[in-house]
Amino acid sequence: MSGSPRLPDELFGIYVHWPYCAKICPYCDFNVYAAKSRDTSALEAAILKDIEGYAAGLTGRTLTSLYFGGGTPSLCAPSFLSEVIETSAVQFEPDGDIEITLEANPEDITPERLKAWKAAGVNRLSLGVQALNDDALRFLGRNHTSDEARKAIDAALNVFPNTSIDLIYARPGQSIHAWLEELDSALSKGTPHLSLYELTIKEKTAFAKQVEREQFIPLGEDEQADLYIETLKLTAKRGLPAYEVSNHARSEDYCSRHNLTYWLNGEWLGIGPGAEGKLELPDGRTTTIAEQRVPDYISAVEERGTGSAETFSLTGIEAAEEAVILGLRSKRGVDRASVEARLGAPLNARKLESFTENGQLLEEAGRISLTEKGWLLADYIAGEILP
Amino acid sequence: MTDKSHIRNFSIIAHIDHGKSTLADRLIQKCGGLTDREMKEQVLDSMDIERERGITIKAQTVRLNYTAKDGEDYVLNLMDTPGHVDFAYEVSRCLAACEGSLLVVDASQGVEAQTLANVYQAIDQDHEIVPVLNKIDLPAADIERVSEQIEDVIGIDASDAVQISAKTGIGIEDVLEAIVTRLPAPHEGDRDKPLKASLVDAYYDPYLGVVVIVRIIDGVMKKKQKVKMMRTGATYELDNVGVFAPKPTYVDELGPGEVGFMIASIKEVADCAIGDTITTEKNPTTTALKGYKDVQPVVFCGLFPVDAGDFDDLRAAMGKLRLNDASFTWEMETSAALGMGFRCGFLGLLHLEIIQERLSREFDLDLIATAPSVVYELTMTDGTDYELHNPADMPEVTKIKEVREPWINATIYTPDEYLGAILKLCQDRRGIQTELTYVGGRAMIKYELPLNEVVFDFYDRLKSISRGYASFDYEIVEHRAENLVKMNILVNDEPVDALAMLVHRDRAEGRGRQMCERLKELIPRQQFKIPIQAAIGAKVIARETISAVRKDVTAKCYGGDATRKRKLLDKQKAGKQRMRQFGKVEIPQEAFVAALRMDGD
Ligand SMILES: Nc1nc2c(ncn2[C@@H]2O[C@H](COP(=O)(O)OP(=O)(O)OP(=O)(O)O)[C@@H](O)[C@H]2O)c(=O)[nH]1
Ligand code: SF4
Ligand SMILES: [Mg+2]
Repeated sequence: MSGSPRLPDELFGIYVHWPYCAKICPYCDFNVYAAKSRDTSALEAAILKDIEGYAAGLTGRTLTSLYFGGGTPSLCAPSFLSEVIETSAVQFEPDGDIEITLEANPEDITPERLKAWKAAGVNRLSLGVQALNDDALRFLGRNHTSDEARKAIDAALNVFPNTSIDLIYARPGQSIHAWLEELDSALSKGTPHLSLYELTIKEKTAFAKQVEREQFIPLGEDEQADLYIETLKLTAKRGLPAYEVSNHARSEDYCSRHNLTYWLNGEWLGIGPGAEGKLELPDGRTTTIAEQRVPDYISAVEERGTGSAETFSLTGIEAAEEAVILGLRSKRGVDRASVEARLGAPLNARKLESFTENGQLLEEAGRISLTEKGWLLADYIAGEILP
Repeated sequence: MTDKSHIRNFSIIAHIDHGKSTLADRLIQKCGGLTDREMKEQVLDSMDIERERGITIKAQTVRLNYTAKDGEDYVLNLMDTPGHVDFAYEVSRCLAACEGSLLVVDASQGVEAQTLANVYQAIDQDHEIVPVLNKIDLPAADIERVSEQIEDVIGIDASDAVQISAKTGIGIEDVLEAIVTRLPAPHEGDRDKPLKASLVDAYYDPYLGVVVIVRIIDGVMKKKQKVKMMRTGATYELDNVGVFAPKPTYVDELGPGEVGFMIASIKEVADCAIGDTITTEKNPTTTALKGYKDVQPVVFCGLFPVDAGDFDDLRAAMGKLRLNDASFTWEMETSAALGMGFRCGFLGLLHLEIIQERLSREFDLDLIATAPSVVYELTMTDGTDYELHNPADMPEVTKIKEVREPWINATIYTPDEYLGAILKLCQDRRGIQTELTYVGGRAMIKYELPLNEVVFDFYDRLKSISRGYASFDYEIVEHRAENLVKMNILVNDEPVDALAMLVHRDRAEGRGRQMCERLKELIPRQQFKIPIQAAIGAKVIARETISAVRKDVTAKCYGGDATRKRKLLDKQKAGKQRMRQFGKVEIPQEAFVAALRMDGD
């Protein structure tokens, strides 16, 4: 995304984690809790205070993005969203082109809410559609039907031209044909951004237990690889090529600036229970990890000013490793010289060469990136080329 | 010097962990050898590795001064012996230097395999034996049953067995009295005859140099004397003689019946032939002592530095270690898979493990060990004989007339509930049952087994199927001609020399299949398909294929995943460091040994 008119050189975002969902999905391993009818005012106050707590120690940063994730932040009162946006803008000078994303579930989309979110300052929506097939939606434990999802997309696009949808594919038994049809119908909705994830069975989820009990068999590696390749082909053909392993955009203007902050080694605050942040501090690149449990998070903010449970600075090597792991996921890749400087050692030249020969890796203008074929093995390649 | 009639030389023998070293502690303490401050548990186990594992590896001698109830002062020479079967030769050597033994039996466990093996050796040496029932403080102690076992199984009188707890100190006085009253003084010995001493052991001490442990038969040994080793012919002038009290203490002389040490400027432990007779150069004895059985390594394995650059360090480390342990041997070996290293011989698997551990710990070396193998005897078609220490060196089949492998007599002692599983294990390992008897709820099984089938994981398996209750002892009996063939393992169509092995033809397919399956689990998938084959000559008898990795990427990876992903990567990297490049394929180092582990649970 270099040279994008919208992408500033220094990326600095705020991630706000809202840990509640109407219902926990069987595949989800995020730090989430069932919403029930809780009083969330203490958490809301803590989140605002957490942002202020960090701001006190940080100067000279321009806020380029804000992201409400979770969990299901579309369950939050719009007034809270607007408070977060205001507080952030007071604490950090916002970039004129700031991207403010809200993750939303289709069942939460109403004309009133859309209007309220827009009024609060949200300018990008990420819709958790997950599937456009009713059987699949039931399997995934979602609260909406495919029809509702389509209507939600249309409604969202009306208010937010920059709307993205998430889909989960490589579901058990899913054929290439069936998936491409579903993907095609998603593409025809005309959103400028798509996130397409293969179903991954994460430890300790309901799905993990079902797999253990042999209630279903996850799709095999070969099938997943085939689906992935076909996915890249179709999205490219329909004008939404991948700019990251699982993310597609109509043009550079629609690439998620906030997510690029992660992949391009930017800085961000991790706000809310369990959120992880990354800052460049005098001691070096630093990771902050917030308290996982909501009550712990709230008391941490009250007692210590931020919700952080753990803060540790990374060694040059660790920082370089993270830069490579995340950087290779994006089309832009990583800057070889700066990674090697942080590592204090060269990347494995023999491996770089063999991945290049295999057509998995490219080196251009000092940047190392992966081809689509390379993306299939991105984690493996990262491990191999690091010294 | 003490009069012979006031000397008692004795060994403490027992099964592993029955409390020999703890009893030695109490005896030392009672006799005032060490102050309370100097005392620690199993004080004679001085090597780090002995202390950590709580086992005795090296026999130790200690001189104790004891004033008995009869009012007389006695000198007691105690020899604490190791219980583990690998170090049985240490026991036999000690026994040869003594006239009596304390047979320690854990009163909660009863007679075990090494109890038997060791006591029979002592009986062979005409020892007077005092049975000692230890650990009577334990609630599980069953004095009556264990006494019965001693009488029924071993056939010695246990009615006046000394009942003690080496831990709490009950009965120690009785042990000392029994030593004085029931064990004999040294039988022979004439102070006026020419010096005749037995070379019991030798070890390297960083301060004293090579220390030689001796038992004087005739004559006296003293400082400045010129002595001669009868077997090697080497002569030395003695710098000092002394005793372990238990700290090394110099004395003026050592006389008949006494056990002590001598120091001369001997360069290497290997220059001292254990069991040799030491005499004076000027006035030598005419009759040499019988000497001990030679110790021969029975298990061999390759040791290679993980980093090829450490080869010279490894060589130096082995030289130093050998100063302390002349029972392990080594020769250079070059492997296509593992580079330059050494083929080493050991007394058994524990010995192998200990040497390996000492090399990596005391010398900070990272090593790869190949699977252990035994010594095969080959007779070639041209009539020549040949000893094979490394399966990779197996000559061409057409040139071999006969291959013989070592067989052992194994004695297994077990509670009878595990009998079935143990019989099956022995049967699976080509065993031939020779005896099965029951004594008081326990079974004693004797089997003939090929050592090759035992060397690798038999002991672990035995322990695991009997929940640790079975005990095991063996001795090598002979080499037998068998239909043995070399099985090669090919990874990506190339034979891996470090994985070659000799197998019985009838079992080759099964072993081959197991090896291939094992390797399939052990070798991580790579970017291409890897065939793994087991072959005898050109004939492939088993095969597996490791499929290529097609996809290895996390679908969702955002800011919060960085730390977790990095930790995963650290694991991948740690794994990578343990890999050996073999052609195009990377093989984890542990695979070279782990591939051999059979029917794991
Ligand atoms: N309860 C109890 N434990 C004892 C007694 N004597 C020894 N032990 C314990 O038994 C274990 C083995 O004792 P050691 O003295 O090392 O046995 P060992 O026979 O020298 O063992 P090896 O040299 O390995 O053959 C240790 O944990 C001792 O503390 C005793 O009288 N009572
Ligand atoms: S709605 Fe999203 S965050 Fe909540 S449980 Fe489902 S997948 Fe997880
Ligand atoms: Mg001991």
